[in-house]
Amino acid sequence: MQSTQTDYLPIIIQMVIAVGFVATTIFVSSYLGPRRRSKNKDSSFECGIEVHGNARIPFSVKYFLVAILFVLFDVEVIFLYPWAINFRELGAEGFAKMGIFMFLLIVGFFYVWKKKGLEWE
Amino acid sequence: MSDSKIKQVEAPEGYAGEGFFATKLSDVVGMARSNSMWPLPFATSCCGIEFMATMASHYDLARFGSERMSFSPRQADMLLVMGTIAKKMAPILRQVYEQMAEPKWVIAVGACASSGGIFDTYSVLQGIDKVIPVDVYVPGCPPRPEQILDGILRLQDIVKTESVRRRSSPEYQQLLASYNIE
Repeated sequence: MQSTQTDYLPIIIQMVIAVGFVATTIFVSSYLGPRRRSKNKDSSFECGIEVHGNARIPFSVKYFLVAILFVLFDVEVIFLYPWAINFRELGAEGFAKMGIFMFLLIVGFFYVWKKKGLEWE
Repeated sequence: MSDSKIKQVEAPEGYAGEGFFATKLSDVVGMARSNSMWPLPFATSCCGIEFMATMASHYDLARFGSERMSFSPRQADMLLVMGTIAKKMAPILRQVYEQMAEPKWVIAVGACASSGGIFDTYSVLQGIDKVIPVDVYVPGCPPRPEQILDGILRLQDIVKTESVRRRSSPEYQQLLASYNIE
């Protein structure tokens, strides 16, 4: 079983075709397809009512903080599901591992809490 | 696959050979467009409720390639106007239509959207074709889901045979200009 570099040629060809297809469809379709441009067409969509300024305005970092914390603990809950399904098979060892995992996140939770990260006002 | 209940769209007329198939681009584009219409429901009254039944499992509009409803005009092809359009609503409807990406089609569902219906009064738009061009009118007050499906199938016929150059043709420009749409 001697593998040479030419054995990988089909893979390269496949990659070129895959990337080429994506690039071609994206660029060619934007040239071939019909399109119209006007002030009304290009303004942001606000359910048809008059536009109230740009959507890209700075807003409070609190939203970001809460969103990130939500994602963090949301992911924690997602990890609980497979554990709950395999609870009996994983047994005491799995329980201890999940305990450590949740303990680490709870430490983080208390840190955020004491840092007043959850306070809105 | 012989006992499969899945009905596939027939291939357009063309020249088939060993491992290849040649046909007109406009036929393929029309086939692709007509079988993947993304509806933008603009429901203002009871016809909208009938449309909900049309989208739901019993009548199942998804069979005809309209699985996903688009609530942003940017990704929609087919604007379904369902219900009474008051004159105050007209500019909003117009703005939604204008913000749809080309190519776009409009179905007026029900008597109110088509002609104002029973609301022959000062405050109601007497048919949405006063503000935007309409491709298919579905009669009824409100129409049954079968009628809405029939309207969508009629629109599919229109889309299937539409020339790929229609959207840049002077007739189309003139049509939009007559509605003061840039």
